[in-house]
Amino acid sequence: MQTDWGNWGYVALFLLIATGFAFIPLVLSPLIRPRNPNPVKQATYECGIETVGTSWIRYYAGFYVYALVFVVFDVETIFLYPWAVAFGLLNWFALIEMAIFIGILLVGLVYAWKKQALRWW
Amino acid sequence: MDALNAVSNFISNVLPILRDLLAGLLNNFLPGWLTEIVMSIVSISVFLAFATIVVMSLTLVERRVIAFMQNRLGPNRVGPQGVLQPVADVIKLFAKEDIIPANADPWVYRLATTVMVIPALLIYAVIPWSQNMVIANLSIGILYFVAISSVSVVGLLMAGWGSNNKFALLGAMRAAAQVISYEIPLVFSIIGVAMLAGSLSTVDIVNAQRVLWFIVLQPVAFFVFFTAATAELNRTPFDLMEAESEIVAGYHVEYSGVRFALFFLAEYLNGFAVAALATTMFFGGWLSPVETIGNWFGWNLPPLLPPYAWFFLKTYLLFFILYWLRGTLPRVRIDQLMGLAWKVLLPLALANLALTSIGLYLYRVITT
Repeated sequence: MQTDWGNWGYVALFLLIATGFAFIPLVLSPLIRPRNPNPVKQATYECGIETVGTSWIRYYAGFYVYALVFVVFDVETIFLYPWAVAFGLLNWFALIEMAIFIGILLVGLVYAWKKQALRWW
Repeated sequence: MDALNAVSNFISNVLPILRDLLAGLLNNFLPGWLTEIVMSIVSISVFLAFATIVVMSLTLVERRVIAFMQNRLGPNRVGPQGVLQPVADVIKLFAKEDIIPANADPWVYRLATTVMVIPALLIYAVIPWSQNMVIANLSIGILYFVAISSVSVVGLLMAGWGSNNKFALLGAMRAAAQVISYEIPLVFSIIGVAMLAGSLSTVDIVNAQRVLWFIVLQPVAFFVFFTAATAELNRTPFDLMEAESEIVAGYHVEYSGVRFALFFLAEYLNGFAVAALATTMFFGGWLSPVETIGNWFGWNLPPLLPPYAWFFLKTYLLFFILYWLRGTLPRVRIDQLMGLAWKVLLPLALANLALTSIGLYLYRVITT
């Protein structure tokens, strides 16, 4: 199997240039834009009256449940990708194996579903 | 006939030929490795300039197309048919004051735009514009796309959190929940294509479609991919995070001027990348449909357009579907949105995966 370090070199170069590209507007724009801040302009936007308190508060727990389910399935995909690519070289055993693996995760999905974790309250 | 072939070969490989010419020129007075680096910098810079133009064209076409769908004219005053409107917009956004709210977390607020733009650009490293017009033909190209595109969630959350604004934080939290939920079906739908092609390299995937486009073999995967990608891009009908009627503009409500422009750039770059990826995986990338259909019947038809032109045509047509959806559908509710990802698309993607693997296995058993 050939390695593609050269290609990763291009990606690294791309990352450098893209970073530069993302900063160009931020560097150029101050040269032409006005700058006269005042307290009213810098107030947090809400609906016309002054905001009450900060917005860095405790948050709805439903988001956390979704994040948990996400992590379970996202990790699963790491196992699925190499399996999918090598599928042409594998025998029936790999098929059964993956069926069992996905079966276990399906049980997890059904459990989360029945526990109403996927419901938005 | 030879002259005609030479001309068509030049047209379909114009950029690689120019690249080789310049490299040959540089080779006269630079060592080989330096030429290589200079040439990569040149091609990447050309690409970046080009990407900016593509995004500008996308914003204009979007406004015009949706205007026509809604029986309006859209921007048509700046230049013929409004073609200079995006230029005017960019100049305006550049010249606007950059307001940073006094209560915001200044560094998180400032960095958020950069964290959004860089991954949006990096995705393009693996997009194959034609057989030899790809910046880096990685052996794990598709996985690279999935990995890089999910970084933008961090940018969203940084923007929402850094603004210290209730609307912005609500929008960012919604966006994060939505993007990670839809990432699962998106990733699963790609696996079917990877199995058929036996590779994750974008160039190999296109080459595997020489006989038949994967849209024919994987229609369910395409449906899941495109729906999930629309949600991932936070476009209508899944644009809950910037629902104007509830949370004004979501995560970028506090942003103005050049930073707002960068958010816009990132959004459209992501959109075009997804359309390009869908073209690569399901619609035969740069392959000419005329040639492919001709091959079925044993005719030797010309490709009609150069490969990159086919690629752009297909990508723009797919992007047009996004405009179309925006012009047609109302926004969904948040419980419908989350339900669709976990209770419809994920089971669909899993069923598609099971069917594909069993089908492929049976096909192999029968043919060997």
